[in-house]
Amino acid sequence: MKPAPFRYHRPESLGDALALLSENPDAKVIAGGQSLGPMMNMRLVTPAELIDLNAIAGMDAISESGNFVEIGALACHHAVASSSLVKTRCPLLAEAAGTIGHYAIRMRGTLGGSLAHADPAAQLPLVASTLGAEIVVAGKRGARRIAARDFFVSLMTTALSPDEIIVAVRFPKVAPGERHAYVQFSRRSGDFAIVAVACVLFDKKLRIGIGGAEDKPLVFDDFRSIDPVSLAKSVRDAVNPAENPRVPAVFRKELVEVLTRRAVQKCLSSS
Amino acid sequence: MLELELKVNGERYAVRAEPRKLLSDVLREDCRLTGTHVGCEHGVCGACTVLVDGRPSRACLIYAVQMQGHDVTTIEAVAKDGELSPLQQALHEAHGLQCGFCTAGIVMTFEAYLKENPHPTEEEVREVLSGNLCRCTGYHNIVRAILRASGATA
Repeated sequence: MKPAPFRYHRPESLGDALALLSENPDAKVIAGGQSLGPMMNMRLVTPAELIDLNAIAGMDAISESGNFVEIGALACHHAVASSSLVKTRCPLLAEAAGTIGHYAIRMRGTLGGSLAHADPAAQLPLVASTLGAEIVVAGKRGARRIAARDFFVSLMTTALSPDEIIVAVRFPKVAPGERHAYVQFSRRSGDFAIVAVACVLFDKKLRIGIGGAEDKPLVFDDFRSIDPVSLAKSVRDAVNPAENPRVPAVFRKELVEVLTRRAVQKCLSSS
Repeated sequence: MLELELKVNGERYAVRAEPRKLLSDVLREDCRLTGTHVGCEHGVCGACTVLVDGRPSRACLIYAVQMQGHDVTTIEAVAKDGELSPLQQALHEAHGLQCGFCTAGIVMTFEAYLKENPHPTEEEVREVLSGNLCRCTGYHNIVRAILRASGATA
């Protein structure tokens, strides 16, 4: 349970970090280390170079710009969950971020790290996909924005190029009258969810994000009615979970249906 | 090997360590602060929780090299001049520890949490405590102790 040897770099600017990354294509970038750390301790990953972003100042800011809340990639989950700006402007994000791992994990784990790690059951990829967030990345060829729906490619695989680093994420602000719900099921507190459901209701239209069912978050928004029972059945039919010896596909489908129904009911009954 | 200068409990420690050496191991082996316990070494059990700049953090998911320029606080700094902190005293009085292996991590977690939320509900205490595994399963008394330390009657 000790990581393999690596060379350690602590750049103090984004430019230096990007230069290091393009010189060392096999380097891993570390922010909070709450996912990479366990993987390195278990030697599932053995990078020769580790580029630590924590000395880069200002990359954890949370601010408003127009219709977006922009959150720096180094903002930790606790900061996101407890920010009054996020709580009022992106309440779904604040609620979901507050359910990640445990208190001490939320103190170090970061928004950018969670998205780059791209665990298909994680809260933030699901919320980013459901809300239609944009991921701001920087690379040696410059900066670009990637829509969350295009960002998550498959299991722990994203649209990031090897030389790119996530800089910030732009979440659309909640519209007046918009309602939301986030529900998840895991066997133990703090575990990744087996299935998680994020739901947004606006102007009688529903958008439903499903995490944990397939290899990336799924978003559904083409519903004929908003009846929770029939709608939950249709989402169940639309997902294709893989068989897993510990979590049978039929169990995940069942969870998708039950949690979708609860999330929609919660949305419809909240004010 | 790197020469590291760490600040732990307000004192400076000069340490030689590889970049891969975990903060938990440097604290125990190089700083000789063995109050920080190592359980799972992948961030799940919470036994190694210390404070980094006042925030509870898993010492097994931090490399000591990352801590240069930061303040690390361990269980050794919680009691002042032999006087237990109110939280430690409450754990003592409410029989909030059995074998004691998880206790250091619990104390560090809740020393910070009670500063952020001085009067938590039992549900809030249990949610935060879910990040610290007690294999003696003595959770009822731990919850009772934390509520007692927060001024709630339990």
